[in-house]
Amino acid sequence: MPDGYLPIFVFLPVAILFPVVTLFVAKLVRPSQPTPSKLGAYECGIEPASNSRGRYTVRYYIVAILFVVFDVETVFLYPWAVRYKQLGWFGVAEVAVFLAILIVGYVWAYKKGAFEWV
Amino acid sequence: MIDTALFYVFALMTLGGGILCITRRNAVHAAIWLIASLMGVAGLFLLQRAEFLFAVQIVLYIGGIMVLFLFVIMLINLDTAAAERQYSGQWKLALGAVVLAGGEIAWVMARGLPGLGAAAAVQDGGEGGSDGNVERLADLLFSEYLLPFEIVSILLLAAIVGSVFLARRRTS
Repeated sequence: MPDGYLPIFVFLPVAILFPVVTLFVAKLVRPSQPTPSKLGAYECGIEPASNSRGRYTVRYYIVAILFVVFDVETVFLYPWAVRYKQLGWFGVAEVAVFLAILIVGYVWAYKKGAFEWV
Repeated sequence: MIDTALFYVFALMTLGGGILCITRRNAVHAAIWLIASLMGVAGLFLLQRAEFLFAVQIVLYIGGIMVLFLFVIMLINLDTAAAERQYSGQWKLALGAVVLAGGEIAWVMARGLPGLGAAAAVQDGGEGGSDGNVERLADLLFSEYLLPFEIVSILLLAAIVGSVFLARRRTS
Protein backbone atom coordinates (compact mmCIF):
# COMPACT_ATOMS: atom_id res chain seq x y z
CA MET A 1 0.00 0.00 0.00
CA PRO A 2 1.56 3.31 -1.02
CA ASP A 3 1.76 5.88 1.75
CA GLY A 4 -0.40 8.97 1.58
CA TYR A 5 -3.61 7.06 0.99
CA LEU A 6 -4.48 6.82 4.67
CA PRO A 7 -6.88 9.82 4.56
CA ILE A 8 -8.86 8.04 1.84
CA PHE A 9 -9.25 4.96 3.99
CA VAL A 10 -10.37 7.13 6.90
CA PHE A 11 -12.74 8.97 4.60
CA LEU A 12 -14.18 5.86 2.90
CA PRO A 13 -15.90 4.28 5.94
CA VAL A 14 -17.18 7.70 7.01
CA ALA A 15 -18.63 8.28 3.53
CA ILE A 16 -20.27 4.84 3.52
CA LEU A 17 -21.57 5.03 7.09
CA PHE A 18 -22.95 8.58 6.89
CA PRO A 19 -25.96 7.89 4.61
CA VAL A 20 -26.61 4.50 6.25
CA VAL A 21 -26.65 5.95 9.79
CA THR A 22 -28.62 9.03 8.71
CA LEU A 23 -31.34 6.98 7.02
CA PHE A 24 -31.50 4.51 9.92
CA VAL A 25 -31.75 7.21 12.60
CA ALA A 26 -34.34 9.10 10.53
CA LYS A 27 -36.41 5.92 10.26
CA LEU A 28 -36.32 5.52 14.07
CA VAL A 29 -37.27 9.11 14.78
CA ARG A 30 -39.87 10.04 12.17
CA PRO A 31 -43.56 9.15 12.45
CA SER A 32 -44.89 7.00 9.60
CA GLN A 33 -48.51 7.63 8.56
CA PRO A 34 -48.57 7.35 4.77
CA THR A 35 -51.69 8.46 2.93
CA PRO A 36 -52.24 8.27 -0.85
CA SER A 37 -51.77 12.01 -1.26
CA LYS A 38 -48.53 11.93 0.75
CA LEU A 39 -47.12 9.16 -1.45
CA GLY A 40 -48.16 10.85 -4.69
CA ALA A 41 -46.21 13.47 -6.59
CA TYR A 42 -46.16 16.98 -5.17
CA GLU A 43 -48.67 19.43 -6.54
CA CYS A 44 -45.95 20.94 -8.73
CA GLY A 45 -45.17 17.49 -10.19
CA ILE A 46 -46.93 15.76 -13.06
CA GLU A 47 -48.35 12.27 -12.66
CA PRO A 48 -46.24 9.92 -14.83
CA ALA A 49 -48.08 8.99 -18.01
CA SER A 50 -46.17 5.76 -18.62
CA ASN A 51 -43.29 3.64 -17.36
CA SER A 52 -40.04 5.59 -17.39
CA ARG A 53 -38.16 2.48 -18.61
CA GLY A 54 -39.29 2.96 -22.16
CA ARG A 55 -37.00 2.98 -25.18
CA TYR A 56 -34.90 6.04 -25.82
CA THR A 57 -33.62 7.22 -29.16
CA VAL A 58 -30.15 5.93 -30.00
CA ARG A 59 -28.98 9.52 -30.42
CA TYR A 60 -28.70 9.84 -26.63
CA TYR A 61 -26.08 7.13 -26.85
CA ILE A 62 -23.72 9.34 -28.88
CA VAL A 63 -23.56 11.73 -25.95
CA ALA A 64 -22.47 8.83 -23.73
CA ILE A 65 -19.91 7.57 -26.28
CA LEU A 66 -18.45 11.06 -26.72
CA PHE A 67 -18.27 11.38 -22.93
CA VAL A 68 -16.24 8.16 -22.72
CA VAL A 69 -13.94 9.31 -25.55
CA PHE A 70 -13.10 12.53 -23.71
CA ASP A 71 -12.85 10.55 -20.47
CA VAL A 72 -10.06 8.49 -22.07
CA GLU A 73 -8.43 11.76 -23.14
CA THR A 74 -8.47 12.94 -19.51
CA VAL A 75 -6.72 9.73 -18.41
CA PHE A 76 -3.84 10.58 -20.75
CA LEU A 77 -3.60 14.11 -19.39
CA TYR A 78 -3.19 12.77 -15.85
CA PRO A 79 0.44 11.48 -16.19
CA TRP A 80 1.33 14.71 -18.01
CA ALA A 81 -0.05 16.76 -15.10
CA VAL A 82 2.03 14.73 -12.63
CA ARG A 83 5.26 15.27 -14.62
CA TYR A 84 4.38 18.75 -15.89
CA LYS A 85 7.45 20.56 -14.51
CA GLN A 86 10.00 17.97 -15.63
CA LEU A 87 8.58 17.67 -19.16
CA GLY A 88 8.48 21.42 -19.70
CA TRP A 89 7.58 22.89 -23.09
CA PHE A 90 8.28 19.56 -24.80
CA GLY A 91 5.39 18.02 -22.87
CA VAL A 92 3.17 21.00 -23.64
CA ALA A 93 3.87 20.57 -27.37
CA GLU A 94 3.14 16.84 -27.25
CA VAL A 95 -0.14 17.32 -25.43
CA ALA A 96 -1.04 20.22 -27.74
CA VAL A 97 -0.76 17.91 -30.77
CA PHE A 98 -2.76 15.26 -28.91
CA LEU A 99 -5.51 17.71 -28.00
CA ALA A 100 -5.55 19.39 -31.43
CA ILE A 101 -6.47 16.10 -33.13
CA LEU A 102 -9.27 15.52 -30.65
CA ILE A 103 -10.56 19.07 -30.91
CA VAL A 104 -10.92 18.50 -34.67
CA GLY A 105 -13.20 15.58 -33.82
CA TYR A 106 -15.11 17.65 -31.29
CA VAL A 107 -15.68 20.50 -33.75
CA TRP A 108 -16.73 18.02 -36.45
CA ALA A 109 -19.23 16.33 -34.11
CA TYR A 110 -20.53 19.76 -33.08
CA LYS A 111 -20.98 20.82 -36.71
CA LYS A 112 -22.76 17.54 -37.45
CA GLY A 113 -25.23 18.42 -34.71
CA ALA A 114 -24.35 15.48 -32.48
CA PHE A 115 -24.89 17.59 -29.36
CA GLU A 116 -28.30 18.85 -30.43
CA TRP A 117 -30.97 17.48 -28.15
CA VAL A 118 -33.52 15.63 -30.23
CA MET B 1 -0.57 -6.72 8.29
CA ILE B 2 -2.82 -3.82 7.30
CA ASP B 3 -2.18 -4.68 3.65
CA THR B 4 -3.45 -8.21 4.21
CA ALA B 5 -6.56 -6.93 5.98
CA LEU B 6 -7.22 -4.42 3.18
CA PHE B 7 -6.70 -7.14 0.56
CA TYR B 8 -9.47 -9.23 2.11
CA VAL B 9 -11.77 -6.19 2.34
CA PHE B 10 -11.26 -5.38 -1.35
CA ALA B 11 -11.45 -9.03 -2.43
CA LEU B 12 -14.75 -9.36 -0.57
CA MET B 13 -15.99 -6.18 -2.27
CA THR B 14 -14.97 -7.47 -5.71
CA LEU B 15 -16.41 -10.97 -5.32
CA GLY B 16 -19.50 -9.96 -3.34
CA GLY B 17 -20.32 -7.18 -5.80
CA GLY B 18 -19.77 -9.54 -8.72
CA ILE B 19 -22.05 -12.24 -7.28
CA LEU B 20 -24.77 -9.72 -6.45
CA CYS B 21 -24.37 -8.23 -9.94
CA ILE B 22 -25.09 -11.48 -11.79
CA THR B 23 -27.92 -12.57 -9.49
CA ARG B 24 -30.00 -9.36 -9.62
CA ARG B 25 -33.12 -9.48 -11.80
CA ASN B 26 -33.28 -5.71 -12.08
CA ALA B 27 -30.68 -4.59 -14.64
CA VAL B 28 -30.14 -1.22 -12.93
CA HIS B 29 -29.48 -2.90 -9.56
CA ALA B 30 -27.00 -5.22 -11.29
CA ALA B 31 -25.19 -2.16 -12.72
CA ILE B 32 -24.96 -0.59 -9.24
CA TRP B 33 -23.45 -3.79 -7.79
CA LEU B 34 -21.00 -3.89 -10.69
CA ILE B 35 -19.81 -0.44 -9.53
CA ALA B 36 -19.17 -1.90 -6.06
CA SER B 37 -17.21 -4.75 -7.63
CA LEU B 38 -15.14 -2.37 -9.78
CA MET B 39 -14.39 -0.26 -6.69
CA GLY B 40 -12.96 -3.38 -5.06
CA VAL B 41 -10.74 -3.99 -8.10
CA ALA B 42 -9.57 -0.36 -7.89
CA GLY B 43 -8.57 -0.96 -4.27
CA LEU B 44 -6.66 -4.11 -5.26
CA PHE B 45 -4.77 -2.10 -7.90
CA LEU B 46 -3.82 0.44 -5.25
CA LEU B 47 -2.56 -2.31 -2.95
CA GLN B 48 -0.25 -3.43 -5.80
CA ARG B 49 1.09 0.16 -6.03
CA ALA B 50 -0.43 0.50 -9.49
CA GLU B 51 -1.67 4.01 -8.85
CA PHE B 52 -2.26 4.79 -12.51
CA LEU B 53 -4.48 1.74 -12.95
CA PHE B 54 -6.29 2.76 -9.76
CA ALA B 55 -7.07 6.16 -11.25
CA VAL B 56 -8.01 4.66 -14.62
CA GLN B 57 -10.30 2.16 -12.92
CA ILE B 58 -12.18 4.96 -11.15
CA VAL B 59 -12.23 7.50 -13.99
CA LEU B 60 -12.82 5.15 -16.93
CA TYR B 61 -14.62 2.09 -15.62
CA ILE B 62 -16.68 3.50 -12.78
CA GLY B 63 -17.08 6.91 -14.42
CA GLY B 64 -17.24 6.15 -18.13
CA ILE B 65 -18.03 2.52 -18.88
CA MET B 66 -20.81 2.43 -16.28
CA VAL B 67 -22.45 5.40 -18.02
CA LEU B 68 -22.42 3.36 -21.24
CA PHE B 69 -23.90 0.36 -19.39
CA LEU B 70 -26.71 2.46 -17.95
CA PHE B 71 -27.40 3.98 -21.38
CA VAL B 72 -27.62 0.51 -22.90
CA ILE B 73 -30.03 -0.53 -20.12
CA MET B 74 -32.12 2.54 -20.97
CA LEU B 75 -31.93 1.88 -24.72
CA ILE B 76 -33.20 -1.69 -24.65
CA ASN B 77 -36.80 -2.33 -23.86
CA LEU B 78 -36.58 -4.10 -20.51
CA ASP B 79 -40.21 -5.21 -20.49
CA THR B 80 -39.64 -7.12 -23.71
CA ALA B 81 -36.26 -8.40 -22.53
CA ALA B 82 -37.75 -9.74 -19.29
CA ALA B 83 -40.30 -11.76 -21.25
CA GLU B 84 -37.57 -13.38 -23.35
CA ARG B 85 -36.24 -16.83 -22.56
CA GLN B 86 -33.52 -16.65 -19.86
CA TYR B 87 -30.15 -17.97 -20.90
CA SER B 88 -29.41 -19.55 -17.53
CA GLY B 89 -29.06 -23.02 -19.01
CA GLN B 90 -25.43 -22.37 -19.95
CA TRP B 91 -23.96 -23.44 -16.62
CA LYS B 92 -21.94 -26.24 -18.24
CA LEU B 93 -20.17 -23.75 -20.50
CA ALA B 94 -19.68 -21.37 -17.55
CA LEU B 95 -18.24 -24.16 -15.40
CA GLY B 96 -15.79 -25.04 -18.17
CA ALA B 97 -14.70 -21.41 -18.44
CA VAL B 98 -14.25 -21.15 -14.66
CA VAL B 99 -12.13 -24.33 -14.55
CA LEU B 100 -10.02 -23.06 -17.46
CA ALA B 101 -9.46 -19.62 -15.91
CA GLY B 102 -8.81 -21.12 -12.45
CA GLY B 103 -6.29 -23.57 -13.89
CA GLU B 104 -4.55 -20.74 -15.68
CA ILE B 105 -4.25 -18.69 -12.48
CA ALA B 106 -3.05 -21.74 -10.51
CA TRP B 107 -0.42 -22.44 -13.16
CA VAL B 108 0.91 -18.87 -13.05
CA MET B 109 0.96 -18.93 -9.24
CA ALA B 110 2.83 -22.23 -9.22
CA ARG B 111 5.50 -20.80 -11.52
CA GLY B 112 5.86 -17.71 -9.35
CA LEU B 113 6.26 -14.08 -10.32
CA PRO B 114 9.76 -14.43 -11.87
CA GLY B 115 8.15 -16.75 -14.40
CA LEU B 116 6.40 -13.72 -15.83
CA GLY B 117 8.79 -11.49 -17.75
CA ALA B 118 6.54 -8.46 -17.46
CA ALA B 119 6.26 -8.55 -13.68
CA ALA B 120 10.04 -8.45 -13.30
CA ALA B 121 10.31 -5.37 -15.50
CA VAL B 122 7.83 -3.50 -13.34
CA GLN B 123 9.68 -4.33 -10.15
CA ASP B 124 13.02 -3.00 -11.45
CA GLY B 125 12.41 0.67 -10.77
CA GLY B 126 9.83 -0.15 -8.13
CA GLU B 127 10.38 -0.03 -4.41
CA GLY B 128 13.76 1.68 -4.32
CA GLY B 129 13.04 4.88 -6.23
CA SER B 130 11.07 7.71 -4.71
CA ASP B 131 9.08 8.06 -7.93
CA GLY B 132 5.64 6.57 -8.01
CA ASN B 133 3.95 4.47 -10.62
CA VAL B 134 2.35 7.45 -12.40
CA GLU B 135 5.63 9.38 -12.62
CA ARG B 136 7.47 6.45 -14.21
CA LEU B 137 4.59 5.88 -16.59
CA ALA B 138 4.64 9.57 -17.58
CA ASP B 139 8.39 9.44 -18.24
CA LEU B 140 7.95 6.46 -20.56
CA LEU B 141 4.79 7.75 -22.23
CA PHE B 142 6.25 11.14 -23.11
CA SER B 143 9.62 9.88 -24.31
CA GLU B 144 9.83 6.31 -25.57
CA TYR B 145 6.15 5.85 -26.40
CA LEU B 146 5.61 9.30 -27.88
CA LEU B 147 4.28 8.12 -31.23
CA PRO B 148 1.80 5.58 -29.79
CA PHE B 149 0.57 8.34 -27.48
CA GLU B 150 -0.16 10.63 -30.43
CA ILE B 151 -1.73 7.74 -32.37
CA VAL B 152 -4.17 7.23 -29.48
CA SER B 153 -5.68 10.60 -30.34
CA ILE B 154 -6.27 9.38 -33.92
CA LEU B 155 -7.94 6.27 -32.48
CA LEU B 156 -10.18 8.41 -30.30
CA LEU B 157 -10.95 10.61 -33.31
CA ALA B 158 -12.04 7.47 -35.19
CA ALA B 159 -14.29 6.57 -32.24
CA ILE B 160 -15.93 10.02 -32.36
CA VAL B 161 -16.48 9.85 -36.13
CA GLY B 162 -17.75 6.27 -35.95
CA SER B 163 -20.29 6.90 -33.21
CA VAL B 164 -21.63 10.10 -34.79
CA PHE B 165 -21.84 8.38 -38.19
CA LEU B 166 -23.63 5.26 -36.88
CA ALA B 167 -26.28 7.19 -34.98
CA ARG B 168 -26.77 9.92 -37.59
CA ARG B 169 -30.23 11.14 -38.41
CA ARG B 170 -31.58 9.57 -41.57
CA THR B 171 -32.19 12.38 -44.02
CA SER B 172 -34.16 10.83 -46.84
